[in-house]
Amino acid sequence: MDAKKADGRSNGTKGSNEWRVKVGLAEMLKGGVIMDVTNAEQAKIAEKAGACAVMALERVPSDIRKEGGVARMASIKVIREIMATVTIPVMAKVRIGHFAEAEVLEALEVDFIDESEVLTPADEENHIWKHDYRVPFVCGARNLGEALRRIAEGAAMIRTKGEAGSGNVVEAVRHMRAIVSQMKKLTTMRDDELMHEAKELGAPLELIRQIAKTGKLPVPNFSAGGIATPADAALVRRLGAEAVFVGSGIFKSSDPETRAKAVVKAATHFEDAKAVLEAHEELGEAMRGLDVRQMEEKDMLSTRGW
Amino acid sequence: MKIGILAVQGDFEAHAAMLQRLGAETAEVRTPAQLEGCDGLILPGGESTTQLQFLQEEGLADAIEKFAKQGGAIFGTCAGAILLATEVKNPKQDSLKLLDMTVLRNAYGRQIASDVVSGPTKLKSEPLEMVFIRGPIIERSGPGVKVLAEYAGKPALVQRDQIMAATFHPELTDDTTVHEHFLGLAAAGVSQAAGSAKS
Repeated sequence: MDAKKADGRSNGTKGSNEWRVKVGLAEMLKGGVIMDVTNAEQAKIAEKAGACAVMALERVPSDIRKEGGVARMASIKVIREIMATVTIPVMAKVRIGHFAEAEVLEALEVDFIDESEVLTPADEENHIWKHDYRVPFVCGARNLGEALRRIAEGAAMIRTKGEAGSGNVVEAVRHMRAIVSQMKKLTTMRDDELMHEAKELGAPLELIRQIAKTGKLPVPNFSAGGIATPADAALVRRLGAEAVFVGSGIFKSSDPETRAKAVVKAATHFEDAKAVLEAHEELGEAMRGLDVRQMEEKDMLSTRGW
Repeated sequence: MKIGILAVQGDFEAHAAMLQRLGAETAEVRTPAQLEGCDGLILPGGESTTQLQFLQEEGLADAIEKFAKQGGAIFGTCAGAILLATEVKNPKQDSLKLLDMTVLRNAYGRQIASDVVSGPTKLKSEPLEMVFIRGPIIERSGPGVKVLAEYAGKPALVQRDQIMAATFHPELTDDTTVHEHFLGLAAAGVSQAAGSAKS
């Protein structure tokens, strides 16, 4: 099906419908775990462990960090193999601002596109205008202003950026707390204060007004970046994340199959300490983490995009 | 009336919001114990492979079967319909087998084929708006299974006794028709139970 010709760019009558099915798929992923995979075999392990979706990429973030070079959209052959292997949704990453990569992934019919700071940005000013696509997009954010700018561009799901490939949850916690507390603040403000807040956050007034009323993002709010253990997953869920992305944490650990399953269990039973304990019982060694405070600015992935 | 919503994974919050609009009390169900005291149960959309794993490994499948046997009303949407079916294809997958039908997973294709459509329903005179998201198709429905709504010639909303399944997502629309019908089934079960307790 040629989605764009059908209705994607026709200023079409189906605009609202598309938005609902895009956010709708994000709704379906709530409470689950989305796992980074680099080949079909890993995708199968993830699905069997109970992942609600997989993210296809060429190298997991911790390898991108180690090996350096330009990180791009994954090879089409690998994404195709993964799509043919699992029945759960398959996501794939594009570089920030690289709309041509996004068009390729849409033509390939992946289920979700992540415009991701984990890959090397293609544009240092502009993100993709995501309303143009029928495939839904997820974008990273460090704070509410960034989240709302991405939603205004058409993102159907927001995730914290965290610090991908670090195995350190501290940045994901920082970003989730920032987004949640900035939303809470909006709900306490008078109408005449909201314009100033919109200016401060660099976000559209309409979205600011909406959050002042509802206290939550108009799209699902997930967490990513540094989640490596079941307790990490429970932590970000308790702080307000509606689902969890795990990148290097699974396949860079000593026990991917057990760990994948344990994180899935903890993401669901995040309020039940006994269940999170059970999830930890069988685990071996987690990935080796990085102290984010010892990192130089140029090595931080979360500062990419704005 | 209290309606439990299976909350291991999926769009359980959307169902809760819809039911609360209709004045029903809701409870998130993640353990067999949380199902006790519920008059109805919703199996929401989401990923059926993920949900099935929780059902089979944490005793929920047995609890739900028991709930159905005792006359509890159950409504499955999309992934929930897949869990209720007696037979699941594309690929073959285990299920609760509480509703006699054969379901094909991801039958319309990938996300890009997801859409909002409408189709005829027996629940009201106007067509019913249906949000399909990587939806399944009911390929066969067994004898005694009523078709309450159709899309493109295939059953999209079916019911047998107190068990109901939809291949689309009424919880993602503003139309409360389908949920109202389900609350009716749950209420009928409650009054029946009260009747048999008296006799």
